[in-house]
Amino acid sequence: MATREVPTVPAASSGSAQPSSASGASAQPQSVLTLTGAAKTFGPVVALADGTIDIRPGEIHALVGENGAGKSTLVKILAGVHSPDAGEFVVGGEHVAFRTPADSKAAGISVIYQEPTLFPDLTVAENIFIGRQPTGRGGIINRREMRRQARELFATLGVPIDPDRIAEGLSIADQQIIEIAKAISLDARVLVMDEPTAALSGVEVERLFTVARGLRDKGAGILFISHRFEEVFALCDRITVMRDGRYVSVHDTAAATVPGIVKEMVGRELGALFPKVVAPVGDTVLSVSGLSRLGVFTDIGFEVKAGEIVALSGLVGAGRTEVARAVFGIDKYDAGTVHLDGKALPARSPQASITAGIGFVPEDRRKQGLVMDLSVARNATLTLRKSLARFGLISGARERRLAEEWSARLQVKTGSQDYAVSTLSGGNQQKVVLAKWLATEPRLLIVDEPTRGIDVGTKAEVHRLLSDLAGRGIAILMISSELPEVLGMADRILVMHEGRISAEYSREEATAELVMHAATSAQEVAR
Amino acid sequence: MSETLTASIVKSRSAIGKRLIGHDAVIIYVLIAVVIVSCLTVRYFASTLTVGFLLIQVIPILLLALPMALVIISGEIDLSVASIAGLTSAVMGVLWRDSGWDIVTVMVASVFVGVVCGAFNGFLITTLGLPSLAVTIGTLALFRGLALVVIGDQKVANFPKELNIFVLSKIGATGIPVVMIFVILIIAFFAILLHFTPFGRGLYALGYSTEAASFVGIRVGHAKFWLFIATGTVAGLVGVFLTLRLASAGPDNGTGMELSVIAAVLLGGVSIFGGKGSIPGVIGGVLLIGVLTYSLRLAKVPETALIIVTGSLLVISVVAPSVTAWAKERIRLSRVHKVVQGSSTLGSTHA
Amino acid sequence: MSTITEEKTGAMHSVRSFLRAREIPVAGALVALVIITTIINPRFLSPQSLKDLMLNATIVIILAVGQALVIITRNVDLSVGSILGLVAFGTGTLFDVFAGIPIPLVFLAGMVFGGVLGAINGLLVTAAKVPALVITLGTMYIYRGVLTSWAGSKQYFSGDNPREFGALSVDTVFGLPIITLVAIVVVIAVGFFMRAVRSGRDLYAIGSDPDAARLFGLAVSKRVLAAFVANGALVGLAGVLYTSRYNSVGALTGSGLELDVVAAVVVGGVAISGGTGTVVGAAIGAVLLSTITGALTATRVDKFWQQAIVGVLILSAIIVDRIVSVRNARKLRVSEARDV
Repeated sequence: MATREVPTVPAASSGSAQPSSASGASAQPQSVLTLTGAAKTFGPVVALADGTIDIRPGEIHALVGENGAGKSTLVKILAGVHSPDAGEFVVGGEHVAFRTPADSKAAGISVIYQEPTLFPDLTVAENIFIGRQPTGRGGIINRREMRRQARELFATLGVPIDPDRIAEGLSIADQQIIEIAKAISLDARVLVMDEPTAALSGVEVERLFTVARGLRDKGAGILFISHRFEEVFALCDRITVMRDGRYVSVHDTAAATVPGIVKEMVGRELGALFPKVVAPVGDTVLSVSGLSRLGVFTDIGFEVKAGEIVALSGLVGAGRTEVARAVFGIDKYDAGTVHLDGKALPARSPQASITAGIGFVPEDRRKQGLVMDLSVARNATLTLRKSLARFGLISGARERRLAEEWSARLQVKTGSQDYAVSTLSGGNQQKVVLAKWLATEPRLLIVDEPTRGIDVGTKAEVHRLLSDLAGRGIAILMISSELPEVLGMADRILVMHEGRISAEYSREEATAELVMHAATSAQEVAR
Repeated sequence: MSETLTASIVKSRSAIGKRLIGHDAVIIYVLIAVVIVSCLTVRYFASTLTVGFLLIQVIPILLLALPMALVIISGEIDLSVASIAGLTSAVMGVLWRDSGWDIVTVMVASVFVGVVCGAFNGFLITTLGLPSLAVTIGTLALFRGLALVVIGDQKVANFPKELNIFVLSKIGATGIPVVMIFVILIIAFFAILLHFTPFGRGLYALGYSTEAASFVGIRVGHAKFWLFIATGTVAGLVGVFLTLRLASAGPDNGTGMELSVIAAVLLGGVSIFGGKGSIPGVIGGVLLIGVLTYSLRLAKVPETALIIVTGSLLVISVVAPSVTAWAKERIRLSRVHKVVQGSSTLGSTHA
Repeated sequence: MSTITEEKTGAMHSVRSFLRAREIPVAGALVALVIITTIINPRFLSPQSLKDLMLNATIVIILAVGQALVIITRNVDLSVGSILGLVAFGTGTLFDVFAGIPIPLVFLAGMVFGGVLGAINGLLVTAAKVPALVITLGTMYIYRGVLTSWAGSKQYFSGDNPREFGALSVDTVFGLPIITLVAIVVVIAVGFFMRAVRSGRDLYAIGSDPDAARLFGLAVSKRVLAAFVANGALVGLAGVLYTSRYNSVGALTGSGLELDVVAAVVVGGVAISGGTGTVVGAAIGAVLLSTITGALTATRVDKFWQQAIVGVLILSAIIVDRIVSVRNARKLRVSEARDV
């Protein structure tokens, strides 16, 4: 998967490529799908303010943007899961307003989500044809015909999968192929693929690309959402950029560059985003050695010193989060040791880790970092519930005071400490998560995707905070899939690839190319 | 952009205000209303005798509702509590009749049976990781079956008379049963546990999200195991109480009680999905069903109507939140729609 | 790391998948029970004894088939005992009030009555988005209350019903009592529907992953409602047959049946979490459970052990199910693992 040669001419300005509307009499090819100005809010959270995209038949169109830029909301609108609060939606030349996902499918749009949604208890063939199995006389399902058609679809795709196999336990790669087979059998004219390569190995990615190109050549329009620039540039014909819930620009890939695209995604020069102050480095706080878990990661060893920010980089599925969870004690590990401040840390006990001084800001804010239905105050003080208690009892007043103190310190914007934390914006929610961990005065703070789904302003705040903390002697282990963040914040970068650490770079020597290469290549790069 | 929208949409509401119209409060208002109406319209209701009879009847459900509330708040359920009470009663009868031990030892041993049953439930659910609904349906049958095996279809009735009298005795002229003192202690225990301890805080987090709970160091399996021990132990106590109150030990003491308990708990504002609920609300729910049942009975309303009332209360109490949530969402959507349209015409860059 | 699976040769594949079917354990348990009991007491398989076994099983079989439909969609219906009581008493009432009413009409009325009661459950579940456990707990109370106030202390005895009606439980065709034949037809018909008709397969999808089903555009609410109505109608059928089989029907009829029915279904291999299992398995579970009572009497074991054994069976079924799925998950994780 070589990086594509692109000219170094800066990207065209956003005014050059407007999405064509169905009524436009321009010379552009008739678009198969056009969404203009879509908006969607959930409670106080604005998920999408200006969703605009235009897909032509026989093209692979990339949609890029940071986490929280609104891409997944836009996809859900295309899929008919959400109906937009505003905006125009034209498919095949006709205005549409989907009320259910079935409407979207009927209009010829098929969506393959990052986590494929197969029915685990049904067979592969049934999964493909659920709701519209081929029938014989009297409406009775013709299983032989169903099996035959399934085999035919797999033959077209060039991937043999047993149609009678139960879907449970299939690899993500195979599940995606089945979803694509489903889409083909539905005569989809628009195929949306949401981060399809996130969990795939190199060989599987190539297989997926071949399939995608084949579909494009047959006239389908494909929307490809991805974070991986080398894939976007290798596969896609045009690129649409989104930022902060809004459409920014659309480019022909041939005329675009990575720095240009990144700049549009991020909104300002990289440098200004990361107020990194290099802090004096102290003693080793975390020491991991020989850590292994069968089938997940092998022989992981590294150190984090006080005042350091060490970034754990790599593609999704490389095993970074799994290593962090094993260190913290949520998951188990089969071999190896973890030491904090020189003392061995018992495995499989988050409580022991917390007592020893580790804080963990997890990847999934909604499901792991916060209890969404509880109040801000409760969430902020959950980690301290034992130390807040006098004679075993907690008083609500003391809780609230502590929560208010930390909210003020981190500038969490909320109407009241008693509101459910789900009413806060993503950025403020993340601050609450940080508050609850900082309140425990940790020696080591592990942050997993600390700025995912957060607006740019709060992002900078979080980065400043992390930098501050390092400056005060806290050791920080940061997992991030966002290269700019990694390059901007880290003192040292560890790159993981398929369960192993494949490279380590210091701040000075690291470049985007080196990191990406180590993340995607099968060879170990010499340290 | 997102912050201004937030400010204009989220209404400000004080914490006290929320408390006054929360589910718990509503139940208590309804309870007060029912009591007042009953005093005025039903003969013989307003008397100390009422208090006595009512409370004696309500005590088993009240006791069981407390640990049951904690179990449901933590996201599980225990359908076997009535069977545990029945088994306890059967064992008590057989021990008293055959073992020759003194009554106190017999009572303690019987309660211990409840503890063991609870531990069995806890083991299957936390260590083996089986779903609590299915498991407690199974143990419901198993424990009731064991009760039958232990005592057959006989009943043991020659318990010391003094105990029966004691259990039914009242404090002075107030009409309040003496045993209420123990009941109040148990209520206080669970109320403090749930609302004022780290363990209680952890339970709420657990009920909403086991993942988020484990991330803050809550030992999920450990906590749930003890909750099932609690339901087992209290069920044991209830079994002993029922035996002494009825002055008879039999396998069907308490049959069907689990449903009344769950109905009362849900009516009292505990969400079946976990994470929400309070002890005052639960007490309100138990008393509401109890008072309603008692006063309707006193008013000579046929028994059958009471069952219909209990069932309807249960259905209404779980359907109503969904209905209000749906209504609120519609109102919010129309308000959002107006604001979004207003601001998008200001900031639009499209022709 | 690609997992290209190959097709196995036809015969080997069929045999292996037959043996792995969820129904095998419960069928095996039934066969073992019958064999052991017959060894201890050979009269267990005498014609009269067999006939009693079949008659006892009939009602539970039909109830289990209906309940399986609901449980497969990841719901449950605890009100079936009350519905059965209502229909049974209604049947007695029909015969009493309309002398000479044609028997097929009574069956129809019973199934419609049951279907309506099931529809109420279904509407509440799909509209309120509250777990069916709670809703049907409530309707169990409500329906029982309605029955108790309607029936009062009145009872209808089998002597009050037309002779031909009672004969359905006595006369046999090919050695099988007529009502048992009805049950068998129900099992075959519903089983076929669940396997070979689209809306039947939809029920499995809905139970397997309700969110995915909704996302895909399946008519989830419509199907779940239909499952509850179908269950209600089947309970109605069972209610009419109950009146034919048993001596009396009154306010307490059907009380407590729901536990036995759910037990039968779970033991028969239908997971309480939905998505798997078959009505045939549920029917075998029903036969197993009702055979236990007969077996206990035949081997002179205290009949008080019945409930306890039911409890043990339910727990065993759940535990076995769990062990199997954990083992499968581990096997898959190891086989899919990277070569690190």
